[in-house]
Amino acid sequence: MSMMLMYIKAFVVGGILCAIGQVLILKTQLTSARILVGYVTTGVILGALGIYKPLVDFAGAGATVPLLGFGYSLARGSLEAVREIGVLGAFTGGITATAGGISAALFFGYLAAILFKPKMKA
Amino acid sequence: MSKRLGAQTVALPSRPGILAWASTAGQKEKEGPYGEKFDSIIPDELNGQQSFEGAERAMLEETIVRCAQKANKALGDIQMLLCGDLLNQIISAGFAARNLGIPFYGLYGACSTMAESLSIGGMIADGGFADAMVCATCSHFCTAERQYRAPLELGNQRTPTAQWTVTGAGAVMLAGGEQARHAGAVLTHATCGRVIDLGISDANNMGAAMAPAGCDTLANHFRDTNRGFDDYDLVVTGDLGHLGRDLLIELLKERKITVREDKLFDCGCHIFDARQDAHSGGSGCGCAASMLCAHLLPEVASGRLGRILFMATGALLSPTTTMQGESIPGVAHAVVIEHEGGKRR
Repeated sequence: MSMMLMYIKAFVVGGILCAIGQVLILKTQLTSARILVGYVTTGVILGALGIYKPLVDFAGAGATVPLLGFGYSLARGSLEAVREIGVLGAFTGGITATAGGISAALFFGYLAAILFKPKMKA
Repeated sequence: MSKRLGAQTVALPSRPGILAWASTAGQKEKEGPYGEKFDSIIPDELNGQQSFEGAERAMLEETIVRCAQKANKALGDIQMLLCGDLLNQIISAGFAARNLGIPFYGLYGACSTMAESLSIGGMIADGGFADAMVCATCSHFCTAERQYRAPLELGNQRTPTAQWTVTGAGAVMLAGGEQARHAGAVLTHATCGRVIDLGISDANNMGAAMAPAGCDTLANHFRDTNRGFDDYDLVVTGDLGHLGRDLLIELLKERKITVREDKLFDCGCHIFDARQDAHSGGSGCGCAASMLCAHLLPEVASGRLGRILFMATGALLSPTTTMQGESIPGVAHAVVIEHEGGKRR
């Protein structure tokens, strides 16, 4: 039952974050690239201020998988690395903490480019 | 003797003839209300080529060749090719001209290119500088997305005001002098548009950006020729789409011009139907060009339409100006096309 509850919380929170992005596409002139960068930056700020952590604890993947979660990981990684190795950590920690996501994006992006050809949406 | 009428219009007293025309379109256009009328349909978006850009120029080339065939002319008999498209450095036109070997003037007027090429071609014919030339243009959904928005590989979502770039091409064989004798349709006037910018900067709402230019050209054409909607069987616009057409009607009314909405035919509003999810309608050089060659010219040549004003509007933006937050200048060119019942003076 608690597993089911977790799914529901992740679905609702993740869904709300995506719905905000959809509203931005429909109601503003922001390009998708700007919305993506805006989400990451917002995640960094909310993460650094400690506001995003409670949302992650509450919704799990619903908060970490959207781009805000990527920004949150950048902020968290930097802060942790600063604590461990000092100021240099501000430059290395963020990328270390998100290395998995970045490498996966590169790898699967490359794989998709090799395997598939772009097409017009039918 | 001056052939000028008023500030922006020229008369073409020799009545350059439209000898033949050809159109090509894509699969989505084939499924639209005018799908049956195109001369040819490309099998898929790659059209047997390695890239979308290759597909677009192959489509343009095939359309020009077909137009020459319909006019019973060898490519070597065509004295000029007036042609342009939407891509950087108008590569579709230039690369097609490389293979065709026809003397080539490259034009850029964005989506106004079909009317621009006909205007210039009409003046060249009337001046006696050429008596067989082809005016042509094309666009392709997949290349236009890469050029103006984002490559298809990104899988971007479209905004509700966005129009759908038509995959299509149109080519018109213009003739002057003796050659024009058997034409069923002729050009009688051309109005050169001014570049108008009312400050719209949303690259996803080109119809609204182009409508003010359309209004300016139409108003000046009516003033120069002392005509109005009643003098035409149809006033055709290229690709304003539903939003742009509504704005054009509003702007014309502001200028105290009596609008006959039943005579205002926007190719972008008609090429797709509502169930095709084309949002605000069709756009692109190929929209006006393919509709002109598939639907309008046959109607004029057969006499079902006696006289039309063909006005294509273009948005003169580039990705660089969009990224720098500049507004979108628009331009509109217009030509008058009349039925010629086989009797030439």
